Amino acid sequence: MLRAEGLCHSFGAVRGLDDVSFSVQPGQTLAVFGPNGAGKTTLLKVLAGLIQPQRGSAHVEGGRRVIGWIGHQPQLYAQLTVRENLRFWASLYDASPSGELLTRLGLDEHADRPVRALSRGLVQRVAIARALVHDPTVLLLDEPFTGLDRVAAEALRRLLGNVMKQGGASVLVTHNVEEGTELATDVAFMRAGRFVHFAPRAGRGPGQVAEEYRNAIA
Amino acid sequence: MRSPDLLRHAWTVASKDLLVEFRSRTAILSVAVFVVLVLVVFNFGRDATAVSNVDLAPSILWVTFTFAAILALNRAFQLELENQALEGLLLAPIDRSSIYLGKLIANLVFVSTIEVIGVPLVALFFNVPVIQYLGPLVLTIALATVGFVAIGTLFSAMTVRTRFAELLLPVLLLPFMILPLSWAVLATGRLLAGRPLSEIAGWLNMLAVYDFVFVILAVLLFPATVNE
Repeated sequence: MLRAEGLCHSFGAVRGLDDVSFSVQPGQTLAVFGPNGAGKTTLLKVLAGLIQPQRGSAHVEGGRRVIGWIGHQPQLYAQLTVRENLRFWASLYDASPSGELLTRLGLDEHADRPVRALSRGLVQRVAIARALVHDPTVLLLDEPFTGLDRVAAEALRRLLGNVMKQGGASVLVTHNVEEGTELATDVAFMRAGRFVHFAPRAGRGPGQVAEEYRNAIA
Repeated sequence: MRSPDLLRHAWTVASKDLLVEFRSRTAILSVAVFVVLVLVVFNFGRDATAVSNVDLAPSILWVTFTFAAILALNRAFQLELENQALEGLLLAPIDRSSIYLGKLIANLVFVSTIEVIGVPLVALFFNVPVIQYLGPLVLTIALATVGFVAIGTLFSAMTVRTRFAELLLPVLLLPFMILPLSWAVLATGRLLAGRPLSEIAGWLNMLAVYDFVFVILAVLLFPATVNE
């Protein structure tokens, strides 16, 4: 469903990606952990087609149409209302925003408020709704839990779980080993653009993965 | 991608930009005030006995439009940097040229609005016969505007992620504006002087060719300019 082969990309002298290869099958979530500057966001951008890798290739079955992206920034227009934002992004995918999505994320009562009037947590919820508005089957998630309160984080987990149950796949990059491990079927540790560890989670708990991460990155 | 999809997505982007501008009104009000102030300064800063109004007005009209348009064009892609919406646009399964065309449409509406404010003020301050030649004047303004807004929209996309975008845009754009501006000034001058329309036909043709060439070039080049 999602495949990367020998990805290499540098920004001047800084190595963003160094021979990264992996594949993610339907129903799988790969969690990628790494310190700042490890190349996690670059990896997601290459998978999304926002950056062309200097070597190697990335393939997403279904192309850009099936990708849902949650990044550091919400990719919303502050002057527009929640509904107008979702309508705009949906129309670019020839889709229409469903009311159910707003309900699941607890955004019903905020739908006609401008995004600039919302709290950071609500904005992040709208960003999640934006990413899911076209029913994507491949999710690329860059620190998706940042700024979310407990209720919204739980709603996000449920939504991601639904996408996986329906045969979707996702790549999640985060600093937070505990949160990332909960969702993961596979785990990778990244340092200086390389995967230094890549294996199925295989029943390991967050504590065990965190311990392995500390050992691998140290 | 099929042309109807290209145009539909372009209109989606343009209408979003116009709605955002309508909600904030910050840019249009700032530029409108700029146009009024520049024309007031020119009005009081000229020696009416040295150069006749009909000779002076076309240059002042186009200098004012040029700088107002640059201010307006600077904001075209700034809007997309806010919250990194540009990444979302680039990720969407649409032809990237439709993003350019959408921005071009929104910028044309924006700059035209400024011109609608500027023309009556020039007529008022310089006492030139605008109403009498309104049709050909609108045609001249429209043809010149399409050309420099087409190039300006492309350069706005190129410079938006640079550190000195506000400075870099005019530095890149002004050399490309020399030809259409000079044709527009000459055509406007002849019109306001009451010369026959046949005298400006050549300049209008050249403006139309300029528009055609640079709109096509910009549509083709835009996808490469927004790659990271």
